Order: sequence, then C-alpha cells, then structure tokens
Amino acid sequence: MHHIVLERWSRGASALHARDPRAKIVPLLVFLTALATARRALPEFSAVLFLLLCAALLGARIPLLAALARAALVLPFAAVFAAVCWLSGDPARGVAVALKSYLSALAVLTLVATTPLPALLRGLEAMRVPLFLLTVAQFLYRYLFVISEEAQHMSKAAAARGAPVRPMASSGARFRAAAGALAVLFARSYGRARDVHRAMLARGFTGRLPTLYDLRFRPADAAFAALASLAPLAARLAVERIG
Amino acid sequence: MVSIVHIPDGFLSTPVWATLDVAAFPAVGYMARRAQRGFDDARIPLLGVMGAFVFAAQMINFPVGIGTSAHLLGAALLACTLGPAAASVTMAAILAIQALVFQDGGILALGPNVINMAIAGVLAGYLPFYLWGGGRWRTAAIFAGGVLSALVSAVLALAELMLSGVRMPAAILGVSLALFLAAAVLEGAITVAVIGALEKIQPNFIRQPRAGRPWALGAAALAGLLLATVGVLFASAAPDGIQRLGRQTGIAERAKALFSTPFADYQAAFFQAGWERKAAGGLAGIAIVYAACLIAGRAAARKRRP
Amino acid sequence: MKRPLIEVRDLRFRYGGGEAALNGVSFRLDEGESVALFGPNGSGKTTFVLHLNGLLQGEGSVEVCGLPVERRNLSAIRRKIGLVFQDSESQLFMPTVLEDVAFGPINRGLSRPEALDRAMAALRTVGMDAAAGRAPYHLSAGEQKKAAIAGILATGPEILVLDEPTTFLDPPGQRALAELLAALPQAKIVVTHNIPFALALCPRAVFFQEGVIVAEGPTAEVVARFRWNFDSAPAKSLR
Ligand SMILES: Nc1ncnc2c1ncn2[C@@H]1O[C@H](COP(=O)(O)OP(=O)(O)OP(=O)(O)O)[C@@H](O)[C@H]1O
Ligand SMILES: [Mg+2]
Repeated sequence: MHHIVLERWSRGASALHARDPRAKIVPLLVFLTALATARRALPEFSAVLFLLLCAALLGARIPLLAALARAALVLPFAAVFAAVCWLSGDPARGVAVALKSYLSALAVLTLVATTPLPALLRGLEAMRVPLFLLTVAQFLYRYLFVISEEAQHMSKAAAARGAPVRPMASSGARFRAAAGALAVLFARSYGRARDVHRAMLARGFTGRLPTLYDLRFRPADAAFAALASLAPLAARLAVERIG
Repeated sequence: MVSIVHIPDGFLSTPVWATLDVAAFPAVGYMARRAQRGFDDARIPLLGVMGAFVFAAQMINFPVGIGTSAHLLGAALLACTLGPAAASVTMAAILAIQALVFQDGGILALGPNVINMAIAGVLAGYLPFYLWGGGRWRTAAIFAGGVLSALVSAVLALAELMLSGVRMPAAILGVSLALFLAAAVLEGAITVAVIGALEKIQPNFIRQPRAGRPWALGAAALAGLLLATVGVLFASAAPDGIQRLGRQTGIAERAKALFSTPFADYQAAFFQAGWERKAAGGLAGIAIVYAACLIAGRAAARKRRP
Repeated sequence: MKRPLIEVRDLRFRYGGGEAALNGVSFRLDEGESVALFGPNGSGKTTFVLHLNGLLQGEGSVEVCGLPVERRNLSAIRRKIGLVFQDSESQLFMPTVLEDVAFGPINRGLSRPEALDRAMAALRTVGMDAAAGRAPYHLSAGEQKKAAIAGILATGPEILVLDEPTTFLDPPGQRALAELLAALPQAKIVVTHNIPFALALCPRAVFFQEGVIVAEGPTAEVVARFRWNFDSAPAKSLR
C-alpha cells in the first residue's frame, strides 16, 4: 500500500532525513510558490526544478523511478484538465497545469518521503498549526490501517456471502446491503474510538497529548533551509534571464 | 466511480489559492475551538478514528446502474452524527493527510480544498438537518444535506477553477454540472441509507437537532450556500472569470487603489511586472497566512485562559 | 486483618438501555495476591475490570486502596491500577512503540528523558526493546500484546489488571509471560480463558456467570468444578 512504502522511505538515514522538519517545510513552501507563480520559460524552469528534486531524492537514497511514478498519480486528473483547456483553445495552460501539478506533487513527496509523519506533524505544531487538528490527523493516520482492514474484511465477507448466491440481487437490495455494512463499520469505528479513549484515560491522560519529539534546529538545518529555499528562486532567476 | 475533486497544486491562480488559504486557517481554527468546547478530551480519538472511517468507507461500493458504483464522501454523515464543528475538523484532517501522504490534493491548494469540503461542504450538509431534522421532514432533510454537501463542494471547486481563468466550453461545463448533480444525488441517497441503517443499530448515534440553536453556525452555513450559488452563476455566466468581472465593475481598479495587494496577479499591470515581484507576492501570501494563524492562535490561547 | 487493596460490594451496571451486564458483584483483592477471573464470553469480566479504575461507574461501591472510585479520586486510582486491555490495537495509539510506552510515564509528570528511560526498561522487560522505533500497526498481534503490557509496566502500578493477556501469544510466549508476571511483586487480577496460564500464576480464582460471581476458591478447584478445561473429561474433573 502507498503509505507503507512512504513510511519505509521516511525512516531512512540520509542527511536529508536528518534535517529538522521545519528546515524542509519552509523550502517546500518556497518551491511550491515559486512554481505556482511562474509564467515565463516554464518548461525550462520545470526541467531545472525536476533535476533539483531528482538530486534530492537520489541524495536521500529513495528509489527514484518509484518516486517519480508515485507523483504521477496527479497526472490523470491533470490530463483531463489539460484536455479541457485544449478544447477551449488554451493548450498552453493545459501544459502548464500538468507540469506544475506534477512537480508540486513530486516536491511534497520528497518532503514526506524523508520525514516520518509524526515528525512532520511535530514540525507543523512548532510552526503553530493548531495542535488539536494535528492530533486528530495523527490518530486518523494511526487508525487508517485498522479501519481499512475492517472495511476490506467486511466487503470481502459480504461478497462471499451475498454475491455468488444471488448474483442478480436487485440493485436496491445491494444498495441497502452496502449501507448496512457502512453502518456497522461506523458503529465499530465509534466503539474503537471509545476503547482508545479508555486506554488513554487508564494511563493518566488528562486532555493534553505529550509530544515526544524534541525538535532541535541546528546550524546545519538553518544552512540547509536557506540553501534549499534559494535554489528554486535562483533557478527561476537564471532561467528567465536566459530565456 | 464518482468522486469530488481534490484540487492539486498548479491549477489555481495565485490570488485564488492565497485568498482561500488565508480564509481557511481562521475558519479551521474556529471550528477546532468549537469542536473542543463543551466536550471532554474524548473528542481527539473520536474525530481521528471517524476520519479513518471516512477513508475506509471509500472501499465499500454502492452499486448504481450497470457496472458503475459510487462511494460515500461523508461530510453530511459526519455532520449529522458528530456535529458540524467536529465534522469540519475531521474533514480538514482527512484533507491534510490526503495531501501529505497520498498526494491527493495540493498543499497550496489545501486552503481551497478545506473551504470547499471541510467548511462549506460540511455546513451545507448540516443546514437542512439543522433546520428540519427534528420534524416530519427528517429523511428529506438528511437527503438534502447529502446532496447539498456534495454539490456545494463540487461547484465551489469549479468556480475556483474558473476564477483562476480556466475557460470551459459551455458543453463541457454543462456536462460537469450534470455529473456533479448526479454525484450529489447519490451522496444524498447513500447518506440517507447509512443513517437509516445506523438508526436501527444504535439510534443515539444520530444527533437530535435541539431547540436552542447556535446562530453563528446557521449564518455561516447560509453564507456557504450563498457563496456556492454565486459560484454557479458566476461560473456559467462569466467564463473569463474574475478578469471580466473586474473589468465590468471596475472593482479591480478600486481594489488596486485600496490595497495594491502584492499578490494580485490578475491585474494587467502586474502581468507585466517582473516575476520577482510575483514570487514575492506569493511568498507574502504565505507570510500572511502564517501571520493570520499566529494571530488566530494567540487569540484562541488568550480566550482559553481568562 | 489485612486491609484489602480492592474491595467491591454489590456492583451493578447496565450498558445504555440494555440488559444488566453486572448484577451484584462483590470481590476482594488482598496485598500481593493474584486472582484469576474465569467465566463464559459475555459474562461481564471486562465490564467488571473497567469499573476498577472508574472507566465505567455503576451502582454499588468500589474501593481501591481505601479510596472510593469517584471523580475526585480517579487520577490517584489510575496511578495505582495498571489495566492491560483485551484489544491491544486500541491501547497502542501513539505513532511508535517507544512513544506509546512512554505515554503513561509522561502523563505521570516524568520528564521526557526519564520517561523514555522507563519506557526502554519496560520494553526490555517484555523483550520488545528491538521494536521500540516501530509503528504499532506493523507489529504482529503477539508483539502488540507485549508492547501493551510494557506500556502498563512503565507506569509503575501497584495493582496489575490484565484482560486476556495471553491471546495471540505463542506457547513459549505464554510461558515467558507467566514467569515474568510471577516475578513481579504487584497484586494481580488476570482475566483469562487460558487455564494452564491461570494455574501457573494465580492461586485463587473467581467464576463469573451472567454478571455475578458464582464461585470462588483455589484455581484448580474452580476449574474442576466448572469443567473449565478443554480436555477435562466430565467424570474425572468432578472427581
Ligand atoms: N459497549 C457495550 N454496549 C452494550 N453492551 C455491551 C457493551 N460491552 C459489552 N456489552 C454486553 O455486556 C455483557 C458483558 O460483556 P463483557 O465484555 O463484560 O463480557 P466478557 O466476560 O468480558 O466476555 P469475553 O470473554 O467475550 O471477553 C455482554 O452481554 C455484552 O454483550
Ligand atoms: Mg472480555
């Protein structure tokens, strides 16, 4: 599954992995903004950014081709959009959108492939994103696997019970069966949430989640953040001067 | 397969994403504070696990017609069970995880996506239930909530794309709107069916709209609806988006005089400006978002300790 | 007479609107004692142990170390009782095993390094120190159980309550757990369907049926009386 691979990648040991999450979040935002606002010489600029990201991924010892393929998940959507633009006589916009969305996705992937999600959330917390939202996201991610597995079991079990016996079951009946399955999944998730809360209370939870990651912003992080933020800007300057 | 659009990065023009990012942060902050208020700390695991539920719910397919299927989007269902504020936070967390872990939806576009789905979608999904969920029209209200939540999210996304200057031929626009409508009707039907089944298992899962109604939420929900309607009209009437509107009303000129915003790249003069200024504009946008959340966070913290 | 660690009198509880899950349970646990809780599925064992640290509150009285289980005593009582849940998936909610095990100590006010030291020590005790950095959902069910137990040991409780601790543990793992628990000085309540495990660990047992304790006594006798054994032939076990 997608997130399992990402998780394995994110636990690597390269210099990029070792950077403070904030030192990667800031350059990412600069990168995304520089790209989103680019207009002139976009193909050349995109090529340079692409090479920058490839270098980062290789430096972090992440399988390059796999990463490139993963980021391509945005392409189908972008392709539809490009087609629409082309139909309405604006093919340039279509190309621009495809380039920008692919490179943006690749940049985000580079961040999450080199930063474990808890550390990333901790970095966002340090940048004052509301802790409540981040904690909810953390629990969501934690139980994603568990609840998804339950859902898969349920849809398999439903298929095993219902499908072969009555392949021509009326659409309405199957619709109601799916609704019933979802209701059961809802109730189970609710029960799971209650159990989790009980387990938290039993270990002295008082409403404040402890944060374990001690972030330390070292000089190396500052240097990296500055360099990585400047790189896309410098690239854009250079490309547009020449172009 | 019917799904609502998660806008990736690169699709929206800078003023659109920057404005909506600035709007989304305080909105989510407000919802987070509301979601925590009046409840104990049980909310953290509850919202997280229910977010995982919405993710997983996409694996259960609802048959529609031959060979096609739809799945639950969940905004209206969450709103009717957890309440609108909690549903908003949950949806926002889902969008954040989707953008980060699954590259489904952009990071700069997170604000727009949050506004479309977690704020407007949830409020639109809750409004009918809130107004009529207590009476005879309960089922109709739940259905309408499902329809509205999906429709509002989709139409807002479409409107944002058009505001970004995407021109769509009328035919394509019509087809998209028809698809959105079909998806919305399905979401309504699925929401009704699931809530019906849920009431059989454990009736107390579904909220009972109370007599004492918080005004702020109702107003915000109405505003969301209004916004969406305007979006539709806008999208179909003005294919050139904001540029045309700006030219027609002279708003752009006045706005320029008023703020001369650094990131207003829909202004003709700004198009010719150097990219440095535009990049600076974008960064300023981010800085403003950041400052907005800092201020909102401070205000929240100050409120909490009186 | 020794002061009881836990004293429960005539405890009654029903889940929202349903049938009574506990129907007048009286129970006592003395210092240093280990008691096994037997009983068929759905007889109320889990419901009962959830009352011991106030996660559920019914009618009747529950006292832990002389403190009645009520709101103002809850945090003190939860310090004293370490509860290992039946389902470890719900108990391991933090992103990594080490963080999860350190969750309790940090809530108890320990500094981060102290909490991490304690967590590592607890993980070593259950033989899971190698998995400290892993995510709980990547562990096998048995490993999850051990991590959950470590999470309780790290809080340093005076009483250990374990709800089905041996599920998913392989036979050597079950033996190791019995030895580990036997070596711990705390008083223990062990809900289990695992008779050899109970016999090895608990001299005394009580038997639940439909929300009440219907028998108590030496573990072997309770097992025999209810033929609570996979291979016990009826005649022999009645003796
Ligand atoms: N959350 C709940 N809501 C409603 N009823 C419940 C709930 N949890 C348990 N029950 C019911 O209460 C009764 C006692 O359940 P309990 O979980 O305490 O049994 P148990 O002895 O632990 O069983 P097992 O050996 O299967 O774990 C059962 O009839 C069960 O169906
Ligand atoms: Mg049980």
